[in-house]
Amino acid sequence: MHAANGDIRPAYRDYSAWLTDQSLERLRQKHAQADLLFRRLGITFTVYGEDEGGERLIPFDVIPRIISHEEWSVLERGAIQRVDALNAFLHDIYHEQEIIRAGVVPAELVMTNEAFQPQMLGLDLPRRVYAHVSGVDVVRVDDKTFYVLEDNVRTPSGVSYMLENRETMMRLFPDLFAQSVVAPVDRYAEYLLRSLQAVAPPGVDDPTVVLMTPGQYNSAYFEHAFLAMEMGIELVEGRDLFVDSGSIFMRTTEGPKRVDVIYRRVDDGFIDPLVFNPDSALGVPGMLSVVRSGRVTVCNAMGTGVADDKAMYCFVPDMIRFYLGEEPVLQNVPTYSCRKPDDLKYVLDNIADLVVKEVHGSGGYGMLVGPKATKAQCDDFKQRLKAEPDNYIAQPTLALSTCPTLVEEGIAPRHVDLRPYVLSGEKTRVVPGGLTRVALKAGSLVVNSSQGGGTKDTWVLEAPAVIEEEE
Amino acid sequence: MLSSTADNLFWMARYMERSENTARLLTGLYHMSLLPARRGAQAGLWEGLFQSEDERNAYLAKYDSFKTDPVLTYMVLDRDNSSSIRSCVWSARENVRATRHVLTTDMWETVNSTWLDIAQTTYADMQDMGHHEFLEWIKVRSHLFRGVAHGTMRRGEAFEFWRMGVFIERAENTIRLLAARAHTFKPTGPVSREDTATLDYYQWGTLLRSVNAYKAYREIYKSQIDPRRVVELLTLNAEIPRSVMACVEEICEVLEGLRPRSRCFEQSRDLLNRLQSARIDRVYRTGMARFLEDYRAGLHDLSLQIQKDFLMIQ
Repeated sequence: MHAANGDIRPAYRDYSAWLTDQSLERLRQKHAQADLLFRRLGITFTVYGEDEGGERLIPFDVIPRIISHEEWSVLERGAIQRVDALNAFLHDIYHEQEIIRAGVVPAELVMTNEAFQPQMLGLDLPRRVYAHVSGVDVVRVDDKTFYVLEDNVRTPSGVSYMLENRETMMRLFPDLFAQSVVAPVDRYAEYLLRSLQAVAPPGVDDPTVVLMTPGQYNSAYFEHAFLAMEMGIELVEGRDLFVDSGSIFMRTTEGPKRVDVIYRRVDDGFIDPLVFNPDSALGVPGMLSVVRSGRVTVCNAMGTGVADDKAMYCFVPDMIRFYLGEEPVLQNVPTYSCRKPDDLKYVLDNIADLVVKEVHGSGGYGMLVGPKATKAQCDDFKQRLKAEPDNYIAQPTLALSTCPTLVEEGIAPRHVDLRPYVLSGEKTRVVPGGLTRVALKAGSLVVNSSQGGGTKDTWVLEAPAVIEEEE
Repeated sequence: MLSSTADNLFWMARYMERSENTARLLTGLYHMSLLPARRGAQAGLWEGLFQSEDERNAYLAKYDSFKTDPVLTYMVLDRDNSSSIRSCVWSARENVRATRHVLTTDMWETVNSTWLDIAQTTYADMQDMGHHEFLEWIKVRSHLFRGVAHGTMRRGEAFEFWRMGVFIERAENTIRLLAARAHTFKPTGPVSREDTATLDYYQWGTLLRSVNAYKAYREIYKSQIDPRRVVELLTLNAEIPRSVMACVEEICEVLEGLRPRSRCFEQSRDLLNRLQSARIDRVYRTGMARFLEDYRAGLHDLSLQIQKDFLMIQ
């Protein structure tokens, strides 16, 4: 809420005045109300390995994170630029591979990447889009600078929280919205549907779009059902689909119906048991052959994962320069790639000041936070680094910005990050907002829900001009 | 609509309806258990709930006697009993969860909050609240769900599959209710004509009340409670919403609208014809228990055929 010099940020000025008038008790009351709302609506994620009790709420904080119009326009530009470059990169590595031939990205990083999908080589995708839905995780480190933490271009989740958090805030604090200039987020589903329709196979006029889920016991099932409902499309599982004479059909009460676009929330490895994991009951036998013949579009495309791992992350600024001929709007966190001997030496010498991450790790697992680790833990990680340097990157610990948050002690600053959602189809766009995750433990930098993080509503303030227009 | 979605809707309706019908059945029996015990009339009262050997054995594996507390625990809250009210609400809720994208928010919220409440309920809570009040609450939640469905669902396929589930389940339950009565309340030993009449009054009267047909009986027959007429009212009278006839009429209507040339529509017409041509005196002579059992089997076959015609996933 405060800038580096201690002043209240302009974006927070109105809200801060309002907050000063609120009693802690009223806020706590609203907080309890929000919990009840989320539980009644069933906005939960499933915890694996538990039975009927295994549904949890992600803690929700009633104090929003506010982003000024100016900050947002930078973020927006930067996120779009990044995703455009990633899509160009994906098209390139599955076609001419110019970026490799130009020596910008090392060939082995691409070709030996587990997520690289040889089946996708030479395939032409509608509008050359691979990542239709992307989540670009960013943090702010000072008044002006946002760093990108990572790009999520496989099946990024959490967008339902962006929408439900707003919905809940509007139910709890209608007075705040009546007079504020918060940009609405609720058109996300409409934009998503439009993007999905825009990448239908050529020649299909009125495409049938479906959302494919692993099923109701998947941790993100609520989100899958929510998005299908918001878009008015069928929510299907693998068993609802089958391949016949070169197309994909779904089983309906009126017989088979052809499917043109599949927004899948199932990982690559489970999509087609004939090609990938033969034990998977989640996929559709023969689906990949239909993808390859171009008679169905799978979103996000298979093999997008090659662009979003932590090793490739270092090269995204180069991709932006290479494909778009522009300078990156958003900065990468300075990253040491342990596969480079110089970087490895630096990391080993300075491990206590760094965060070390596994290239393929996610969810806050498989990492070392140097300043918080014991000497033994650091030594252990050094051994791992020496054994498998390719598998690790390291970054300096950042002075992340904080946001006021309602916790047991009252209102206190907690570290936050932000995931804006980028949609690519007929054009690339970002809904003004995103998912703000907050580390609820004092001093913690880990915001993952699996590690006890919570979420907040994210307010992007509209430009004054826009409001005048509407008046 | 996806076959799997239709399947979920069908079962969602059945489970919700089943929870209500079990509550009705238990309310009736609970009231009977409070009546003055005359000549062993209550012997076997709760035991009669368990009509098959399997059901009996499943119960006896956990509880040692057929008394009010254990039977109610088992039938209402036992999570291992897949037909307990709690399990029905859970199953309904899971089916709604799987199809919430085609249902209205109000429907989901209604089932979900019912589940959240019952999930926390213990037998002690139920005793505190009073058995009658608790079972009444279940009924109200089912009424509410039905009302919400009627008041908010688009009149399309989803609505029809939901309706079909409701009426198949309800028809089966009314038969089950009558069969349980035929099973349970056989007076033991020689009894006087007057005792029989008193017993009939309490037992069949309670049954009528449990399906809200007591007043209708009085209006229609204007005479004392006679088992034969109770059966006639609850099977053959289309004016009574929980009668088998009323339910089968609804099923025919739904199937005719959905798929008039299907096998299951034919079957439903046959079932309707059987009721329309039945006469209670003839039924009584050939044996009520057999009539009920045959008809239940017919409904079961219809249910299987519906699944074959519309809902089969593989």
